[in-house]
Amino acid sequence: MMNGSTILFYLLAALTLGCGVLSISTRHIFRAAIYLLFSLVGVAGIYFWLAYEFIAAVQIVVYVGGIVVLIIFSIFLTQQAGEKLPAQSLSRGIWAALAVFCAFALTMLQVVQHNFPEGGENKHVTVRDIGEKMLHTGDGGYALPFEIISMLLLAAMVGCIVIASRTKPESK
Amino acid sequence: MSFEPGLYHILFVSTALFFIGVLGFFTRRNLITMLMSLELILNSVNLNFIAFNKYVWPGQLDGLFFTLFIIAIAAAEAAVAIAIIINLYRNSQSIDVNNAEELKY
Repeated sequence: MMNGSTILFYLLAALTLGCGVLSISTRHIFRAAIYLLFSLVGVAGIYFWLAYEFIAAVQIVVYVGGIVVLIIFSIFLTQQAGEKLPAQSLSRGIWAALAVFCAFALTMLQVVQHNFPEGGENKHVTVRDIGEKMLHTGDGGYALPFEIISMLLLAAMVGCIVIASRTKPESK
Repeated sequence: MSFEPGLYHILFVSTALFFIGVLGFFTRRNLITMLMSLELILNSVNLNFIAFNKYVWPGQLDGLFFTLFIIAIAAAEAAVAIAIIINLYRNSQSIDVNNAEELKY
């Protein structure tokens, strides 16, 4: 009854959640970034386990290759090496954990009680399907959001350059 | 609920990941670690979309496209946030949220 696929899923879930907890609890900020990286790799593994290879590849390329590297660069730019984050007050941690645990229990209670409709037969999603749907202009196509996302990325790039460029002294 | 992983198991993982992110957002006071918690939250939402697409509407691709667009927006958001953090560090030599109160009064 415990076949390889089941064991793999539980291992990936444990990797994701364990590294997520370590990422928000460690006081070394660089280690927090590395734990975040492994947590994101675990999420990509779950996508692979669900047979959505394209999303898993995008997850690894954008999150692991892009965002985590960006976060590590910004840590190097803003933190002193080897310095620990200051300890937080214990009461705030306890109250936050309590509130979060209650919300988690409430949400899981709702999820378990709800009966989701059973889907039809499973169909393997190929990159061809994704590409055709993404550039399809008719009903149910995603051509317009695709174009809007490209404008958003351009605007974000220009905004980043404007914000992070050094301001002139007389403009302050 | 059976031992075999299905929709509910993935929903458990994504809910737990979401609230881990929320806990980090509550307890951390450093802007970069808060950004990391935000990434965890966005990832849990993506996992939800993919799980529903797989188990509830297997013939459709909409959950997959929502995930793709969320990943793109998350990349743009992280880049802008880090630009703001670096600018803040240049102005106040600290990226602690308690020190970022110039706009407060």
